[in-house]
Amino acid sequence: MADFLDLIVFVILMVVGYTAGRMAERRHYRSILAREQELGGVMVFSNRFPPLSGVRGQALVAGSVVISEDYFKRVVSGIQSIFGGRLRSYESLLDRARREAVLRMKEEARGKGSRMIVNVKFQTFSIPGRNPRSYGAVEVMAYGTALTQA
Amino acid sequence: MLISNLEIIPGSRIVKHLGLVQGSTVRSKHVGKDIMAGLKNIVGGELKGYTDLLKEARQEATDRMVQQAKGIGANAVLNVRFSTSSITQGAAEMLAYGTAVVLE
Repeated sequence: MADFLDLIVFVILMVVGYTAGRMAERRHYRSILAREQELGGVMVFSNRFPPLSGVRGQALVAGSVVISEDYFKRVVSGIQSIFGGRLRSYESLLDRARREAVLRMKEEARGKGSRMIVNVKFQTFSIPGRNPRSYGAVEVMAYGTALTQA
Repeated sequence: MLISNLEIIPGSRIVKHLGLVQGSTVRSKHVGKDIMAGLKNIVGGELKGYTDLLKEARQEATDRMVQQAKGIGANAVLNVRFSTSSITQGAAEMLAYGTAVVLE
């Protein structure tokens, strides 16, 4: 009986994780695409050196986000990692997190009147849970120097 | 105090190098936030509590680095990098480091 209950809970968690996770991901991608259009005017470069002329001011800007996976992704990736290969569910998680971090950095730069960010670096970090099985949040931070042009 | 992750600042010259400065902070999760995060781990999505936590940690680390730079008479910190590491379960360290310099 207890095993049966466990199974029911598992199935419910899978269904909730799948639907809510899918919805969250789709909504997030929509918002990312819309804001990428909107912030297209702020250019991002990974150059280490700034242009030598025409720069008036500069400021360190950063954007960070912590995104959690859902229950469905965790179970599926657990199964997939037995066979190895691509873990698609994590790829999209990291893609979302990186793009979101860059967008937040761009927003900060735009708020400071800048249209150019150079020397952009990424920092990825996974947050350990209290219980070893509850891994599954990833933090991405993007930072760079926003330049204001003369 | 000027903080930048560039190695040179357009239009100004470095007069003096004062060496590496750093600032770090260790933050732990709040129990309430942890429970919320546990729920979010089922449905997925952004963990806003953690995002804020890490933002605060970054600010704190930067402030400490700036304090140290001020203490040795610098007016700018260049080539700033951030680094995160997990120490124990539920706690994370945020480190900011850079080169303290005097700009003219």
